[in-house]
Amino acid sequence: MNALPCTIYVSFTGALLALVAGTRSAATARWVALVTALTTLAITLMAAVSFVPALGMQTLVDVPWVASLGVRYHLAADGISLTLLVLTAIAATAGVLFSWNIEERTGEFFALYFALIGGVFGVFLSADAFVLFVFYEIAIVPKYFLIARWGSTNREYGAMKLVLYSFAGSALVLAGLLWAYAAGGGQSFGMGDLAAAAVHFTRAEQLGMFALVFLGFAVLAGMFPFHTWAPTGHVAAPTAASMLLAGVVMKLGAYGCLRVAMPLFPVGFVFWQPTIGWLAVIGIVYAGGVALVQGDFKFVSGYSSVSHMGFVLLGLAAANVQAASGAVLQMFSHGIVAGLLFAVVGRMVYERTHTRQLADLRNLPLHRLLPFAAVTFVLAGLASMGMPGFSGFPAELTILVGTWKTSPLWAAVAALGVLLAAAFTLRAIQLSFFGSTQPAVAGAMPAHPLPPITLAEKAGALLLVGTTVLIGLKPDLLLNWIIPSLQSPLYQVILKGGAP
Amino acid sequence: MPLLSFIVFAPWVGAGLLAVLRGAKPAVARGIALAFSLSTLVLGLVVLAGFNPAAPGFQFQESAAWITSLNVHYHLGLDGLSLLLVLLTGIVGPAGLLAAWKQPGSPRAFGILFLILQGSALGVFLALDFFHWFLFWELSLVPVFFLIKLWGGAGAGRAAYQFVIYTLGGSVFMLLGFAAIFAATGTLEFGQLAHLSADGILAGRLSALGHFWPQVVFVGVFLGVAVKVPLFPFHTWLPPAYAEAPVGVSMFLTGVMSKMGVYAFLRILWPIFPGQLHAAAPCLLWLALGGVVLGAFAAMRQTDLKRMIAYSSINHVSYCLLALFAVCAATGHSGISGPAVTAALGGALLQMFNHGLSAAALFFSVGVLESRAGGRRGLDDFGGVRSAAPVFAGLCGIAMFSSIGLPGLNGFVGEFLIFRGVFGLVPWAAAIGCLGLFATAFFYLTFWQRVFHGSRSGAAKGEFADVHGVERVTLIPLIALMIVLGVLPQLLTGLFNPLVTSWVSQIALP
Amino acid sequence: MTTNYPELFCAFAGEASLVLGMLVVLGYDLTVGRKRSPTERWQASCILGGAALFSALVVGLRVGVVGPVLGGEFMLDALGVGTRAAVLVLAGLTLMLTAGTARLRNPAEFVAIVLLAATGFSLMAVAQQLLVAFLALELASLSLYVLAGFDKTRPESAEAALKYFLFGGMSAAFLLFGFSLLYGLTGSIDTSAIAAALAAQGSSPLLSVALVMVLVAFGFKAAAAPFHLWAPDVYQGAPATSAALIASASKLAGLTFFVRLLWPGLGYATGDVALRHFSPGWLAVVALLSAASLLVGNFGALAQSNLRRLLAYSAIAHAGALLLGVMAAGTAGPAPLYFYAATYGLATVGAFGVVAVLEAAGVGPQIADLAGLYRRSPLLAGCLFIFILSLAGIPPLAGFFGKFAVFAAALNFGGLASVTGWLAFAAIFLSAVALYYYLRVLKQALVAPPAPGADGRIAVPGAAALALLLAALLLVVLGVFPSLLLQIFS
Repeated sequence: MNALPCTIYVSFTGALLALVAGTRSAATARWVALVTALTTLAITLMAAVSFVPALGMQTLVDVPWVASLGVRYHLAADGISLTLLVLTAIAATAGVLFSWNIEERTGEFFALYFALIGGVFGVFLSADAFVLFVFYEIAIVPKYFLIARWGSTNREYGAMKLVLYSFAGSALVLAGLLWAYAAGGGQSFGMGDLAAAAVHFTRAEQLGMFALVFLGFAVLAGMFPFHTWAPTGHVAAPTAASMLLAGVVMKLGAYGCLRVAMPLFPVGFVFWQPTIGWLAVIGIVYAGGVALVQGDFKFVSGYSSVSHMGFVLLGLAAANVQAASGAVLQMFSHGIVAGLLFAVVGRMVYERTHTRQLADLRNLPLHRLLPFAAVTFVLAGLASMGMPGFSGFPAELTILVGTWKTSPLWAAVAALGVLLAAAFTLRAIQLSFFGSTQPAVAGAMPAHPLPPITLAEKAGALLLVGTTVLIGLKPDLLLNWIIPSLQSPLYQVILKGGAP
Repeated sequence: MPLLSFIVFAPWVGAGLLAVLRGAKPAVARGIALAFSLSTLVLGLVVLAGFNPAAPGFQFQESAAWITSLNVHYHLGLDGLSLLLVLLTGIVGPAGLLAAWKQPGSPRAFGILFLILQGSALGVFLALDFFHWFLFWELSLVPVFFLIKLWGGAGAGRAAYQFVIYTLGGSVFMLLGFAAIFAATGTLEFGQLAHLSADGILAGRLSALGHFWPQVVFVGVFLGVAVKVPLFPFHTWLPPAYAEAPVGVSMFLTGVMSKMGVYAFLRILWPIFPGQLHAAAPCLLWLALGGVVLGAFAAMRQTDLKRMIAYSSINHVSYCLLALFAVCAATGHSGISGPAVTAALGGALLQMFNHGLSAAALFFSVGVLESRAGGRRGLDDFGGVRSAAPVFAGLCGIAMFSSIGLPGLNGFVGEFLIFRGVFGLVPWAAAIGCLGLFATAFFYLTFWQRVFHGSRSGAAKGEFADVHGVERVTLIPLIALMIVLGVLPQLLTGLFNPLVTSWVSQIALP
Repeated sequence: MTTNYPELFCAFAGEASLVLGMLVVLGYDLTVGRKRSPTERWQASCILGGAALFSALVVGLRVGVVGPVLGGEFMLDALGVGTRAAVLVLAGLTLMLTAGTARLRNPAEFVAIVLLAATGFSLMAVAQQLLVAFLALELASLSLYVLAGFDKTRPESAEAALKYFLFGGMSAAFLLFGFSLLYGLTGSIDTSAIAAALAAQGSSPLLSVALVMVLVAFGFKAAAAPFHLWAPDVYQGAPATSAALIASASKLAGLTFFVRLLWPGLGYATGDVALRHFSPGWLAVVALLSAASLLVGNFGALAQSNLRRLLAYSAIAHAGALLLGVMAAGTAGPAPLYFYAATYGLATVGAFGVVAVLEAAGVGPQIADLAGLYRRSPLLAGCLFIFILSLAGIPPLAGFFGKFAVFAAALNFGGLASVTGWLAFAAIFLSAVALYYYLRVLKQALVAPPAPGADGRIAVPGAAALALLLAALLLVVLGVFPSLLLQIFS
């Protein structure tokens, strides 16, 4: 457990080392990156083994940072953090494997990549709102360069849009947090202290602060109607960045909502709860519908992320332990699944065929040309549509069960989203890999034989598929961490009832 | 020994083995697939040997805690109903694989998908906890999708998509319904839920949110099950799916998968929502009758033989539901006749098995015709096949007459019992249902006459080989069973009679 | 009042060493330097000037915080000492940047005037008395006018100097007029005495006039809208290193001076900007200036294609935030303001330093000309990355912490019941707008490939490289450990 903060330091060190190594050769930078990612993975897994959920929030580091403002460098972890840390480490490792083919400015790529990951680790470990915010902002800028430099379609637009949305979101968060800090007497940014101070806030203050902080985080979580950055950004990003963006960075937003906005401002939450719930439900259905008519393969994955994150927000809005535990599980699940989808679409297919238009792909007998990619995508698609046996299913089931307790209507509409997810995933599978099931026609074949799937890609895909199946069959592995964390005193005001 | 787990997972092990053996020769791949497919039959017979029909409740139970937060247990168990369907799967599964023996394309991939499908179906028949029951239920769609898509005919893509979306659409509502049930009760185990339902606790808890919620939840679960069967008017996915699928898959779909729906009616919907089912029964009876009558009349209008058998499948499966709904409708009425209920339910179970055999045999026969005619399978594409292929004509004829319900063959027993029961419970429904019987006889006889009689024409004009080799191995056991079960139906009824009796005793008799 | 000369010398040894250094530089150049090549003259002058700045810094720090000096005419408090140290560091960085990049004639004069300006800044930082403060301000301003026009080969430089001079002269007139009115009202030029007298006599129309006069001058000095019009032209036309000094040290010293004058001196006329109990006073005027600067700066910067003009508009926007810090200093003390201004100065000097190196290498002034910088000079690109992101307020750089501290203080000032709270919100949201134009610069520098024909490597002179790295390092270190700087205030 106590080694967890090292994930942050290892990532930032890895970023610097990759930058230096990149000046020598791309291969060195790659190996530095892989070792860095594996180190973080080892640290998180070792912590996972020794983790005792019953201990609740465990402080890892707590030293004064800026004494005059009452800021402490306070890192702590509980089951929720740990779940997301493991997710980040897995996604980071897979991302490195799927970026193995980056030849241009490799060192810089991995430097930015690990700067982003370091920020993400930091957010998940922070127990002080200021520290959380700092890491949150650190994670923003690398995204711009990753997309603008190494991305594809419309990359500069996508990068700018994504970063400005994220930054605008973080501005809202900052405004809300500073307001709470000031209203609480300007003593401390510690989450516990802020929560204690928030008890004395007026109702209007609570409503306002919650709205600012929650909205700020929810923008990053892709809440309808503030989601539009997500598809464009994810499509424009290079594969590893899409994987991280959809897989992990969107979770930062949801995590912020759960960790900061909700426990700090319970009165505000109760007021906004119906709005959030409906926006989440609309987002699930709307994004699912939009994904159903996309012509670009990657946009399907992009909108599916929005739809899936809608489930996370719905689980939070339902405000009981069951739904919230489902939401955290869904964060993990979607992190893995989105990574897998983007890996197949962006890396395995696009980098070989140089098209992502379903209309073009359907003329290629891709399932014959790239059988491994086809099988991977089918598995990813099944996981994405919430097929039992994959991690999405227990997550969505738990969310639906929990939501039902709060609002059956939400659950009913959200279930429609499950159906839409199945529809657009199947459509994508059909058109992309199995569009042409007839033996290849000469004219439809690509001019050059497609390069075979590399070992790195296979390793990455196996890592992700294995994780989603493992969690699908044994969700208890994570739920046993998550649920005790949600039953802690911090959430008692917010999450009422629904103890499973 | 976890015998039931072996039954469920043996096909999956086979699939895994095939997936690993990347360089396997086609013959080896076929052999492995068939061997693992046959494992169901072998293990099913082992279970049969140790099965005590008279014992109440489930046998060979396996239970282990699985997901604590959802209170999910890995719970398998078997009673007469499950055993019946396991045996059916054990017969139709290998037959389907044999039917696909000469299939073009990779036999390895076909085998993998087929074995996954078979394992999923077995899981559905043996699972007693919603969580993994649903897992198998949903998972069965995936291999079907690819089997139809990759090995099917020209319209296969669309048919497969339609099939999966339809079924998933139903499943989503069912999932939602069970989410609600779990939210209300905290358990997903069928047995416990049935108890809660019998005690009125379930309805009480569900109506805590509003008095209409028990009905809404019922409708959700009902939709999931009804689409799968399919119950009229949720059947529109079926004809294209059955028609476009390769022969072996059509056999499995009609023989086993449609039974999954009926099974779910008997195992889930009926015990958990008896009240709602009773209330809805007058309506549902009409739907079942719609399936019986309209299915038969629609089959009459088909010129594509495969679509004809597909519609006849709707008709036949609807008989099972007709029996169930008649029982539900009559439940609680004074003067309900115990023997009639017994007959109806027993007939329904028999009909499930019988239809599995006959429909599989008929689809296979159409497949034989199709293979001789280079892909054509119209009613008018053949003539005088009997003189060209007498053995085939004989076997196919037996299957057809079994399906019509000729006494002496297995189909007769089931349909007779159903009509006897329904007549005793809801006479008018039995009367209308007879229309379906006549129509069935009519279209099968048309089929028989146009294809097998007359002068050799169409595809049968030139060279037309009789069934041989693998085809015989596929068809003859099915036909033999039809005859045996027609003569000795007690072989099957003995398995589930005590179960039916216990069901009857649970229905409040005056 | 008896003058304690040892104490006086002790307190102003730094300034003395600056003046002495100036003389030495000039003397060296007149005697030895004449026979040397221009490069050697530049090096020698800069080394001597740097030595003077360094000794002033060391001496100033050794004196430390001693409180009022010379009967309260000067105030060597934490703010004063900190500001002094910061302006000296900034001036030192400017000199280092000048050393390798300037193509100017008369090196010794340039260095001497920088030292003179530094003396002015240094005195402004500690002056408590109106007349001394005004003299210090004028000393600094006059030096800056000269520096702005120092490049005699470019007409833009002369234009910049003229504009700066005209605006500056006007504002000096306003300031002097305001001071004279204050003197007339209170009979004193000592801020504490003024405060006492104002408290005794209450407000009057004349006081309002005096306040407006002072604030106009203040607005000019801080480049706050609507008195910002000189800034883009001067930043664009002046030699890059002069512009760096104008944008950084001058601003810091000016803010320190005004925050000293406004809160303790004119504390009586503060007024209140709380939404419910609004009362007129200088706070209201500063709030207006702040709001106008935030809007004009941020939206003006969106339209710029010239890097220097963009930095000018960004300076205006930052002025808006700094004024917020001035207002919040009433409750939070000057620490957030000082931190913000000092780190902003560092980042600006760095950014102008990059501009200076680029211009010395013949790379044009447009943002588009930065294309491919990452390949042409990774060092410059990397440093620019840090400076611009610090200006944008991205953690873990010092700019972020400055913003954070100022906004927190502004919200603490009266919460959302006060205009400052809403201004802080506005500033926070406008920082998202700001990120857009900052990223445009970085996109060219780090993402865009070099333009054809302009892809040669850019040589960075050693001193300039050192200065840039030093500034970047300071920004990182102060961002991660802000307490290093903030603890002097506690």
